[in-house]
Amino acid sequence: MSLTTTPPPGPEMGPASSALRRGSLPNRFPVALLAATAAVVAGVLLAFSSFGFVLWGLLTAVAYVVFVVTASARVEGGRKARDRLVTSLVYGCFLLAMLPLVSVLWTVLGNGFARFDPYFLSVSMNGVLPSMDAGGAYHAIVGTLAITGMATLISVPIGVMTAVYLVEYAEGRMKRTIMFFVDVMTGIPSIVAGLFVVALWIILFGPGATNGAAGAIALAVLMIPVVVRSSEEMLRLVPQDLREASYALGVPKWRTITKVVLPTSAAGLTTGIMLAIARVIGETAPLILTAGSSAVSINWNLFDGQMMSLPVFIYSQVRMGGAVNYERAWAAALTLILVVMLLFFLARMIGRLFAPKAR
Amino acid sequence: MTTTDAPKAAPPPTGKRRMGDVVFAGTARGSGILILLILAGVAAFLIVQAWPSLAANTANFLTSQAWEANVRESPAFGVAALAFGTVLAAAIALLLATPVAIGIALFIVYYAPRKLASLLGYLVDLLAAIPSVVYGLWGIGFLAPQLVPVYEGMTRYLGWIPLFAGPASTSARTILTAGIVLAVMILPIITAMSRDVFHQVPQGHREAALAMGATRWEMIRLAVLPFGKSGIVGGAMLGMGRALGETMAVAMILSPSLAISWNLLQSGNQTIAGHIALQYPEATGYGVSALIAAGLVLFAITLVVNMGARYVVARGNKES
Repeated sequence: MSLTTTPPPGPEMGPASSALRRGSLPNRFPVALLAATAAVVAGVLLAFSSFGFVLWGLLTAVAYVVFVVTASARVEGGRKARDRLVTSLVYGCFLLAMLPLVSVLWTVLGNGFARFDPYFLSVSMNGVLPSMDAGGAYHAIVGTLAITGMATLISVPIGVMTAVYLVEYAEGRMKRTIMFFVDVMTGIPSIVAGLFVVALWIILFGPGATNGAAGAIALAVLMIPVVVRSSEEMLRLVPQDLREASYALGVPKWRTITKVVLPTSAAGLTTGIMLAIARVIGETAPLILTAGSSAVSINWNLFDGQMMSLPVFIYSQVRMGGAVNYERAWAAALTLILVVMLLFFLARMIGRLFAPKAR
Repeated sequence: MTTTDAPKAAPPPTGKRRMGDVVFAGTARGSGILILLILAGVAAFLIVQAWPSLAANTANFLTSQAWEANVRESPAFGVAALAFGTVLAAAIALLLATPVAIGIALFIVYYAPRKLASLLGYLVDLLAAIPSVVYGLWGIGFLAPQLVPVYEGMTRYLGWIPLFAGPASTSARTILTAGIVLAVMILPIITAMSRDVFHQVPQGHREAALAMGATRWEMIRLAVLPFGKSGIVGGAMLGMGRALGETMAVAMILSPSLAISWNLLQSGNQTIAGHIALQYPEATGYGVSALIAAGLVLFAITLVVNMGARYVVARGNKES
């Protein structure tokens, strides 16, 4: 801290302020330099008629980093130059991560639209040869709804009750153990969950038994820990005062939980559950093992025979490898992404609209 | 509440155990215990079903590279090649993703404009929302064709490094492509963990560094990174657990084969998860049991990695 108060630097200031200003690039310098570099690189590329957005972006980025670091090293010195280098890299990292996101969404949209129409969404592959220009994903949508629905029905009660136990009842070793193993459970590879159900089904029903229920149980294994973690967080947000007010009125603990704690956190619980659904609805590997990958007809019965689902539909079409198959795969991918995004969006909306207002 | 003449801190009304309380508490406790049982069941059922093939296996399960399991008697199979492929793919993914993820986390916490930060973080989270099968489709339908010329260039100019020796695969369906897709998939996990821990860096540490005249990078190097080390390591390990177990992207990109190859630009490697997904529909005889045995190995590896990650994170939290 300097003891003298320096007046704010301005254009009319004397040599003292120019000394202060010396050794630093103007605030707008990076933006201007970036724009200039981009323009020059675009010009050069156009002159050689080899313009491509990826190449343009890449060359601009490299040239900009070189320019800004050199300029800074000259004017501001080594430490500032290093700071600017890191700033550029950090911005670059973020942009780099956006590349695959944009690319995935773009290619799925672009390639999926060819076949994404009411016909595709309303017919199954029953009686359609893989290379025929017909057929759709209705049976896969049915399967996805049925399997994910049953997985949700299994995992929500278990998950929410476990969260209630962890927040309201458990203490000590038991609490730590369950929390630790729930964490561990989130890391189970999805294919291992599938193999678990395969092993279970062989013991219960003999080899080769595949049906939708098996898929639902595999998904439930993956879904339970996600539901527990999100519900736990939500229940912890319920103010202690509400519980105590309820106790003070002589309400027993279980009525307090069902009538006060759970309704208060209902919006948060719903959000968490929907995000959990969004996560498992795209699971493929466990369903290939448990619900089969060759069903072609509409099957609403979870306990009878193979059941197709959207992700497995994508996979099996890719495995067939023809041009039409790829078109179907892209269209199904578009459907799946739309469903996931819808769930994501709804979850956020519910969380925002119905959340108890903070006072 | 004006009268506070009851200094006795009454416990929640547990004077007499009501029927409802007992039932409800029992259900809640039962759910928690059920989760432990499920986890134990996963391990137990896998072991039970893997045992027949392991007992009949004529090759060494851990060192053999063969996979002759679809037979009725004397199968010979091992996970050596698969385990190698799994670790290699995860290592590539980790190597590519960790630095970028740290960069993104720093960007969101310290560089991005405050108002935009949460929106930008949400964009990164969207990467985690895309199903793995869509990543696989993208990898094989879009990314791999784009990478063919890149790989050819790499063999031409970097071919003297054994990792990149030519000739490059003409379809780019190689372990490096799989590793790149896996890196994209684990990016949001590592970013989220790093972000969390960067948010927790005490303001005093940061301001002390800045007050000493440190630039923003010096502040990050002196105050943020040392504090966030355990979070970054934990996040990277969680990401690695995910990459080890990821199935679809790998199964769709890699062609079915079994070899131990350090060459990243040629096809040949396969991972445990990918192998299970590709082989399961055709498995006969000891096949299913052998695949379950492979799954057991994968389960064990991911379990160790995940527990390690939780341990590192928990220890970091305790220290700070």
